[in-house]
Amino acid sequence: MATLFGSGIKRREDPRLITGKATYTDDVKLPGLLYAAMLRSTYAHAKLNQVDVAKARKAAGVVAVYTGADVKDKLNTVPCAWNVPNCDLKVPPHPVLAVDKVRYVGDGIAMVVAESRAAARDALDLIDVDYDALDAVVDPEKAAAKGAPELHKEVPGNIAFTWKVAGGDTGKAFAEAAVRVEQRIVHNRLLPTAMEPRATCASYNAGTGQLTCWITSQNPHIHRFLLSVMTKLPEHRIRVIAPEVGGGFGSKIPGYPDEALVSFASMELGRPVKWTEDRSENYKVTIHGRDHVEYVELCGTKDGTITGLRTRVYAGLGGYASTAAPGIPTILHGLMYSGPYTIPNIEGTIYGVYTTTTPVDAYRGAGRPEATFLLERMIDLYARQIGMDPVDVRRKNLIPKDKFPYTVATGITYDSGNYQGALDKALQLIDYKKVRAEQAKARKEKRYLGIGVTTYCEICGLGPSQVAGAVGFGGGLYDSAIVRVYPTGVVRAYIGGKPHGQGEETTFAQIVADEFGIPVENVEVVAGDTEATPQGWGTYGSRTTAVCGSAVKVAAQRVKEKAKKIAAHLLEASEADLEWKEGKFVVKGSPDKGKSFGDLALMANVAWNMPPGVEPGLEATAFFDPSNFVYPFGTHICTVEVDVETGEVKILRYVAVDDCGPQINPMIVEGQVHGGVIQGLGEALQEMAVYDEDGQLLTGTMMDYAVPKASQMPKVETAHTVTPSPVNPLGVKGVGETGTIASVPTLVNAVCDALAPLGVTHIDKPLTPARVWAAIQQAKGGTP
Amino acid sequence: MKRTITLTVNGAPRSVEVEPRALLALVLRDQLDLTGTHIGCDTSQCGACTVHIDGRAVKSCTMLAVQAEGHAVTTIEGLAAKDRLHPLQQAFWDKHGLQCGFCTPGMIMTAADLLAHNPKPSEAEIRHALEGNLCRCTGYQNIVAAVQLAAGAR
Ligand code: FES
Ligand code: FES
Repeated sequence: MATLFGSGIKRREDPRLITGKATYTDDVKLPGLLYAAMLRSTYAHAKLNQVDVAKARKAAGVVAVYTGADVKDKLNTVPCAWNVPNCDLKVPPHPVLAVDKVRYVGDGIAMVVAESRAAARDALDLIDVDYDALDAVVDPEKAAAKGAPELHKEVPGNIAFTWKVAGGDTGKAFAEAAVRVEQRIVHNRLLPTAMEPRATCASYNAGTGQLTCWITSQNPHIHRFLLSVMTKLPEHRIRVIAPEVGGGFGSKIPGYPDEALVSFASMELGRPVKWTEDRSENYKVTIHGRDHVEYVELCGTKDGTITGLRTRVYAGLGGYASTAAPGIPTILHGLMYSGPYTIPNIEGTIYGVYTTTTPVDAYRGAGRPEATFLLERMIDLYARQIGMDPVDVRRKNLIPKDKFPYTVATGITYDSGNYQGALDKALQLIDYKKVRAEQAKARKEKRYLGIGVTTYCEICGLGPSQVAGAVGFGGGLYDSAIVRVYPTGVVRAYIGGKPHGQGEETTFAQIVADEFGIPVENVEVVAGDTEATPQGWGTYGSRTTAVCGSAVKVAAQRVKEKAKKIAAHLLEASEADLEWKEGKFVVKGSPDKGKSFGDLALMANVAWNMPPGVEPGLEATAFFDPSNFVYPFGTHICTVEVDVETGEVKILRYVAVDDCGPQINPMIVEGQVHGGVIQGLGEALQEMAVYDEDGQLLTGTMMDYAVPKASQMPKVETAHTVTPSPVNPLGVKGVGETGTIASVPTLVNAVCDALAPLGVTHIDKPLTPARVWAAIQQAKGGTP
Repeated sequence: MKRTITLTVNGAPRSVEVEPRALLALVLRDQLDLTGTHIGCDTSQCGACTVHIDGRAVKSCTMLAVQAEGHAVTTIEGLAAKDRLHPLQQAFWDKHGLQCGFCTPGMIMTAADLLAHNPKPSEAEIRHALEGNLCRCTGYQNIVAAVQLAAGAR
């Protein structure tokens, strides 16, 4: 039987999605449903004096109104769950509704619960809030400076943590280096913009004491835990259902006040309550991404050997420390400073800084895009300084393929790689020599062609639980699966992960069907309901296939082992004499004596004739905890033409060569690359969350925040190499975030390369025509 | 205050009592139980709410339900004949034109309007026609391929 592993079969998720029959959280309707709406602070930083809800309480259709004072003794504060050690982390209390102070535009002040969406919204306008405005500070570097307005009395100077990474002797490397380059890099703040806004629908049954909560969640088990902490309801009385989830990109990982408030309202009022944010609310309240100010230095020899990297980074956290926030600019960023290179000396200092802005947390790539960007940018600056082709500099410093597992200066060990293989393939696809020749010719004609190259690797498949504990992550990072075989030989796999677009209902069915030699249609994959699925840690950090997929594989193997015992018993043969052939256990040498998977499913479930000591039933649970992270890698190359009169960037070609190990479903892998690359190009070219000095979000709707459109984006040419990972039984690595990690420096390097003849060395993203044009004017010596 | 409007929804006559200010998108979702029409923004940018009014694609968050009085509304649930897939639905499936699926109903409704009026669009025309429909997952490439496939199948 042909294996399904490696086959680009169509997704089983799709029929319900293309016909409008899927159920997203806001689609959930329950008898007696009430609707909640939240009053949000209009000030970035203010003392909260009085919140007068008397008129709102009397409004038509309003059932209840709650303020911070009403709930502060009944609900706990919002926890931060990544307590990164050795950095003096300060996490001040984050009340579910503001009590005495607001710290960003969007901070919750009151919740209205009413009979209709409209009544709840109308009543918000009847609430009077008396604020004393305080100074705002939105830039993390400024917030860390002396005399900046302070957000939390527990955090003098707004510094939440000072985290350091060091390996080798960076001081010596810089002192002795022949070449040094330095650059200040601003990593633009981004709005994740999952197309489905966040929502929660909570239903509490006072009779059973059970709370059922539908949440737009990437990780229902984590949400169950966080809800339990906030609502004080024990975890076993909470059922979290993440139904269809319309994209997350990290924004549906954290625990937010909203789900606790809605649950609380349902418990108080004895009726189900639903809350759905609109897009403007989403942009103000749902976490943002990135937001770094970085000072970076790189040193090396005159002939292209990189000897050191040093950084000082101000990472904005927003008004409070969101669920995973402290781990993003530290563990997932600083530890990746070596990239795919053998940089012997690395030193980084990262300041996490509270600012009067929306909390910042994991956004697709989370820390690694920032690391890859600064490294790839610095390598191009270095290559230019020493007059070497940027590809040659990269090739010279790539970790050789026979050196894996390889431990970099930051102390982490990469599992496997063949970086040169991916580089060669990408160079061949773009025809590097030819495009360089075209560039030279174009330059003579005063046309500005640029070529950008990124060789990257990234850390994902999070990760060994022991490491999670050691780095302060407030949970495990294994994942789980139950594989349950029905009497008729069909199978359900209940998984701890929660796919929300990545297609694991299909790819995991491929794994199971292969293991049992049954048609893929005979396997269903169930995710997203804590009542049905075993403890898992969710879908983020490109971990679900590598970790949860491995759990599926191991559980299926366990089922098969038991089936083999039953087969041996029924065939009156020893297990050692059996082999698995075309979906059957057969006696070696007599292939007509066999038991199919279907036969064994029935016999195990009816248990009429079991081997001595073997229990009835045919199912197995596996908790898979990987021995290491996985490190996918690749090379992306992009060619651009820049119109120097207007500053407009035109992408000519974009080539992505990625290596995520063996691909279970190449169609789905390619889709992940497409989406990731375009999301990264959005970041590189046009996306940026902008605050004014008073902390007002100027890009507060989709009118102002430039999510890429079909007409603005290029085609992506994809290819791959295959280097298996030794750390899981599938050999797979993650591919959910590689696109956003690699494409951003690729594009910016291409534009800076195009403008090299004009003396432009660096432009901060996003490379809007205005910014590119200004950089050109500045390089020409004019005033922009 | 409320008003009763009559309209045709997915081929069947319906009458529904609505607030004059109620947006069509919300009435479809909350009152007519047609939750395949999604709401992804509040400024008429994302297109997740796209339906057909008398055969033309319209963002249902951008019109009041009372404006639909007497008109024929088609939503994603009513695009294809019963138990069949519309060629665009089939093409989105075949070409992996969706990931999370949230934008998909709107994408398909917009693309159906495009193909009804321009049966053989170029890639640039497809990308232009989809400008009012945002997708955060797919990078659009396979959506374009799906529309091309459906155009070829006609
Ligand atoms: S919801 Fe109608 S355009 Fe976004
Ligand atoms: S498929 Fe997720 S937004 Fe388009």
